[in-house]
Amino acid sequence: MRWDFASVLDNTDALLVGAAGTLRIFAICLVLGLSLGLIVGLGRYSRNRWLHIPATIFVEFFRNTPVLVQILWFYFALPILLPFQISPLAAASLGISLNSAAFSAEIYRGGIQSIETGQWDGARALGMRWGQAMRRIILPQALKRMLPALTNRAIEIFKMSTLASAVAYVELLQQGKLIASLNYNPIEAYTAVAVIFFVFLWPLVQFSYFLERRLKRDE
Amino acid sequence: MTILKVAGLTKRFGATDVLRGIDLEVARGERIAILGASGSGKSTLLRCLNFMERPGGGTIALDGQLLGREGKAGERTYRESELIQVRQRVGMVFQQFNLFPHMTAIGNVMEGLRTVRGLPKPEAEARATAELARVGLAEKADTYPAHLSGGQKQRVAIARALAMDPEMLLFDEPTSALDPELVGEVLNVILALAGEGRTMMLVTHELGFAYHVATRVIFLADGAIHEQGTPDEVLKNPKKDRTRAFLASHKQFSF
Amino acid sequence: MAYQWDFSPVLANAPLLVEGLVNTLRITGTALVCGVALGLGLALLRLSPRRLLSWPAGFVIEVFRTTPPLVQLFWFFFALPILVGIEMTPFVAGAVTFSIQSAAFFAEVFRAGIQSIERGQWDGARAIGMRHDQALRRIILPQAVKRMIPAFMERAIELMKTTTLIATISYADLLFAANEVSQKTFRPLETYTVVALIYFVVIFLASQVARLVELRLARSGESTVH
Repeated sequence: MRWDFASVLDNTDALLVGAAGTLRIFAICLVLGLSLGLIVGLGRYSRNRWLHIPATIFVEFFRNTPVLVQILWFYFALPILLPFQISPLAAASLGISLNSAAFSAEIYRGGIQSIETGQWDGARALGMRWGQAMRRIILPQALKRMLPALTNRAIEIFKMSTLASAVAYVELLQQGKLIASLNYNPIEAYTAVAVIFFVFLWPLVQFSYFLERRLKRDE
Repeated sequence: MTILKVAGLTKRFGATDVLRGIDLEVARGERIAILGASGSGKSTLLRCLNFMERPGGGTIALDGQLLGREGKAGERTYRESELIQVRQRVGMVFQQFNLFPHMTAIGNVMEGLRTVRGLPKPEAEARATAELARVGLAEKADTYPAHLSGGQKQRVAIARALAMDPEMLLFDEPTSALDPELVGEVLNVILALAGEGRTMMLVTHELGFAYHVATRVIFLADGAIHEQGTPDEVLKNPKKDRTRAFLASHKQFSF
Repeated sequence: MAYQWDFSPVLANAPLLVEGLVNTLRITGTALVCGVALGLGLALLRLSPRRLLSWPAGFVIEVFRTTPPLVQLFWFFFALPILVGIEMTPFVAGAVTFSIQSAAFFAEVFRAGIQSIERGQWDGARAIGMRHDQALRRIILPQAVKRMIPAFMERAIELMKTTTLIATISYADLLFAANEVSQKTFRPLETYTVVALIYFVVIFLASQVARLVELRLARSGESTVH
């Protein structure tokens, strides 16, 4: 059978647009997800009931519902409650970010809890407030331990960007669908998309292996 | 009647020559104690004899049959199927027991008979019960290793090796991992086996025991046989300086 | 004017949703069983000292872990049938995709589990004359599996969430049913909220079961591998 990659190469423009879309939603969700995750993670870590319980509900809910369901809810259901439309990008970003926040919250919590209490003692003995101790002493140490897991989260976020195609957001897979339907070459189109994702993610995956090995060696 | 003949055995790990040419002949019924400092190669030697480690160079013959075959570049190659047969004839007891934690004592002893020899369960069970009785643990047959003391675990390990009817037994520091008060029960089992005339090779730090049980003592240093002879010769009247120094360091705090 | 919530049209379509849930469980169950079996095979190939076996296995594992499942699904549903000349129903495409995808992750769990068994166990098995496969089957795997159960359950729950992707190729799972019901009743808010809650309840219960199992194992003194 004839492989027709020529038509795919003709459509590099479309693929580049798709790649830009993928990177955009990846960046948005990475930043939102990991920063919201830190806040929720601190809430999970806190012993104050007013912080801990909402944080726990948030984490349990967004970890135990599929991302695609959340994206569709934000796209179809939420606009009913609000006086404005929700764009595909907004719906997909909300779904992926909240899900990532829930997962990274647990990573943050685990990382912070793994720092022995002696470090808190040392910080407080110098007269540091809770916020200062967290920012100057605890988090920098915890971050090193959390890096492998957070990198894995980033990889997952990148892969989840394809879910945005379900609400017709223009990213790589959506462009792949377009090319396939216009040129009747799904094999080449989807293989090309898969290869592009692999090329993007492979260095990141290798980096996360490197981080894991370095952590194991240093611990 | 030679049961084992080792000629020019060498073994290298990475850049280190652990065994530098061992020549050894073991007759049936002999009991050989192998002594030496850490790193002298005693465990490696033992592990080569049942091919838990592949020899680097040299030959090993079991019951007159040379094992392995000559390769193209002069090095010897061994087929796993042949080595498996060897391991059924040469049993090994480990320092860390290596009992299977998910099986009971009798399960451990039966395992070789059932899986390797293919015996049906009732037959294997009967045989295993007999071996456990022989090491004095008949009443612990249905106990899991986690609930056995170190000495009991090692005795089960011995029963497991005996169940395979080995022609020769290899003991790799059988009591080194045991609390002192449990050492005796294991040594007594080995002594009983000696009384039956079993061929055995024993790597041990228990010099007193070696003196009583062995028919020959070998002192290993730097991967080669430094001195060998009867227990009286090597342990009471060593000829070489290094042997003397080794023995002295062991007797330092004896009373 | 505040929005008037009305769940009755959704509840009237309950049979559609129930059927969707059943189909969700069907695809998840199929992919789970196949994925675990395939994952064990991949892990054993990956652990083989023969490069001819370990490299292809490693390649499959890396590709399926480094590409998005939705892309894999589209490839198996749209591209493979043309390539191989066979008909692919959405269920089969989903089953194949999710089996291999989850197998890639299960393979790593298996590999970690097998490698976590101390070498002395291999020694003990070989010393009584066991072949490699006998040692694996009788001694190593039984011990490894106990340790891997928490990681397995975690992966199984992930799988339950991943299979929602099959709605995008029109398989009548719960999410697809949600779409249908929402369009039928013109009540997307209530429909999607109900469906999200159903998913949450099912998956939450599953993860609670997993947590209980993990606690039980921890109490009995088993170490666990993640």
